[in-house]
Amino acid sequence: MKILLTYSFSSFATYVHNLLADLIINPMLLHVTEMVITGVSLIAFLVILCFFLGYMERRVAAFMEIRLGPNRVGPKGSLQIVADTVKLLLKEGLTPDSADKFLFNLAPVIMVIGSMMVIAPIAFAKDFQLYDINIGVLYVSAVSSLGVIGILMAGWSSNNKYSLLGAMRSGAQIVSYELSVGLSLISIVVLSGSLSLGDIVRSQENGWWIIKGHIPVMISFVIFVIASTAEINRAPFDLAEADQELTGGFHTEYAGMKFAMFLLSEYINLFVVSAIAATLFLGGWMPFHIGGLDGFNHIMDFIPSSIWFFSKTFLIIFIIMWFRWTFPRLRVDQLLTLEWKYLLPISMVNVIIITVMAIMGWHL
Amino acid sequence: MRGLIEDDYVTEEGEFVINMGPQHPSTHGVLHLKVWLDGETVKKVQPHLGYIHRSIEKMSESLSYRNFIFATSRMDYLAAHINNEACALTVEKGLQLEVPDRAKYIRTILAELTRLQSHLLWWGCTGLDLGAVTPFFYAFREREFIMEIMEETCGARLTQNFMVPGGVMYDIHPNFQKRTKEVLSQIKGKFQEYDNIMTGNVIFENRTKGVGFLSKEDAISYGVTGPTARASGVSCDIRKLIPYSAYNQVQFDEILDNGGDCYARYMIRMQEMKQSVSIIEQLIDNIPEGEFQAKTKNVIKLPKGEFYQRVETPRGELGVFIVSDGAASPYRIKYRSPGFSNLSALPLMAKGGKIGDLVAIMSTIDLVIPDIDR
Repeated sequence: MKILLTYSFSSFATYVHNLLADLIINPMLLHVTEMVITGVSLIAFLVILCFFLGYMERRVAAFMEIRLGPNRVGPKGSLQIVADTVKLLLKEGLTPDSADKFLFNLAPVIMVIGSMMVIAPIAFAKDFQLYDINIGVLYVSAVSSLGVIGILMAGWSSNNKYSLLGAMRSGAQIVSYELSVGLSLISIVVLSGSLSLGDIVRSQENGWWIIKGHIPVMISFVIFVIASTAEINRAPFDLAEADQELTGGFHTEYAGMKFAMFLLSEYINLFVVSAIAATLFLGGWMPFHIGGLDGFNHIMDFIPSSIWFFSKTFLIIFIIMWFRWTFPRLRVDQLLTLEWKYLLPISMVNVIIITVMAIMGWHL
Repeated sequence: MRGLIEDDYVTEEGEFVINMGPQHPSTHGVLHLKVWLDGETVKKVQPHLGYIHRSIEKMSESLSYRNFIFATSRMDYLAAHINNEACALTVEKGLQLEVPDRAKYIRTILAELTRLQSHLLWWGCTGLDLGAVTPFFYAFREREFIMEIMEETCGARLTQNFMVPGGVMYDIHPNFQKRTKEVLSQIKGKFQEYDNIMTGNVIFENRTKGVGFLSKEDAISYGVTGPTARASGVSCDIRKLIPYSAYNQVQFDEILDNGGDCYARYMIRMQEMKQSVSIIEQLIDNIPEGEFQAKTKNVIKLPKGEFYQRVETPRGELGVFIVSDGAASPYRIKYRSPGFSNLSALPLMAKGGKIGDLVAIMSTIDLVIPDIDR
């Protein structure tokens, strides 16, 4: 039991590293091998994660809509999503005649690559991080906006009017909401004094930012959740898809595996956004600590750091799913009004308040 | 025709024409809207009809006065009882037949149950059209109980054929009164839940308030009826103006609103559901004993002449016009369907709005496409 509680992913990683170092002498080759292993296991992890998120979304939706949800394939319907994936794999990947074939086939790949790249600096557990890049926050906000290129590409190359409208909506939407997301990120950067996600987590050792940062950080947390829901095109901001208006928007013409890749990237994005929110505002893998109460902090440390990280992330994922199944969709002009007239001014003022707070040291 | 073809051209730089339908999720059927867009703004809308035209009016000319009623269940399939009732009332008018009180009461209760389930379905679909999926399931939960009552008494869930000239086809099921009262008490408790999830929502209010304005004058000149017209302040409830069946026995309000926008239309229907519940409550315990059907001849022949009857369906005024030459089947039949006239005001309402507004307007007019095309 003790081993289980103190077990961390980092010791497993070190064990694998030592094993490989014994086998492979050439340091270059060792490095490449480790990178390939990491990449493959990351993709496998993300696909399984997306299966789980797909299942979770259906169960949450069913719970909200007083119905059962998937309950036939596998125990409690958990294999339904696997069956659906097999179906999508076996379907014909149709490319419309008048589409720009190269861009049409490239778009889903770009979407998936863009969303997978954001995973790199996220700390999943204590000392377990793919790459603690020192400009982590900047990297996240830069790479996460790659997705819009995929959406625009898909919309333009489909040669379908609905797709084009969806893509244009999405372009306007992501460019606008990027600002609020960026400003919310900056507020935490200002407080912690570092762009590295690892450092940001460590800076929350005696209290998470959402507690230490008082009301201004809570405001930027709320703005971050709203704006990032818009950035990943989920309801009530799913104007790029808007089934009832644009019959699916940018992915109207996609079928089979190419369509599944859009879904995959949507769920990875959902996970990434929630993970970033958990890392910045709720302390990432850091257990719930209260500065000064050492006894209490020790008890909290007994819960493994990966459990802390994933439970925070899934809490935010659940909230975003909750949005989707309760709210109607905004209209395109109201979407932009919300950003430019409300969220952006509020977050600008908020950043100034947080900066003053950081200078005066009120957050300590 | 020439004018129509010229309209099809894109005349300005940057103009964009999309075809909403005949296969589109929010046209609720096979309606085809040709939409001229400037970016997201709707410049012009042109409805193209006829995708589900089944020539019910022409077909009826070769059917007997008992049989032509059954085709009308397929017109406005959400208000089959009320369509049937309109036809039965017209034939009774021609025969100058007195319908037993029991039949009148049963007809009114069934018509109001129909209105209730139609409005419930509309409420769910409005949520769906605006992007909220959950209301759909809430609405269908209550609608299912009404459908079960229909199934028990009329033998069908959707396209009932229960109203016949002279009364109703069979007597009500022994459980009818008990189950109806159960359903009513259940639905009354749920109205608050409906308001919680949709009515007070900020996004919903933004999507509907001030959207798709229809003025009182326009509503009258386009022949708009039903909740759509009452939301513009036009008093047009046939149940009040020319009471038929047992509507003169009950107390109820005609809901009027001067908003003229999607929100007003929404609120009108929400209020009407409560009125329907109250009408049924007044009648359900007082169904008189006696015959449920007046005696008619085996072959009904209307006297030579023209007969017209108006009823209030969930969507507006349905008129049935029969020209008889004295034979066993009508010489000519014309239905004045509410959906057709209401749709004609859509281009006016949608002009200048966004694509999202067009969808909101379409759902608050509550279009049923087979009713438009017949």
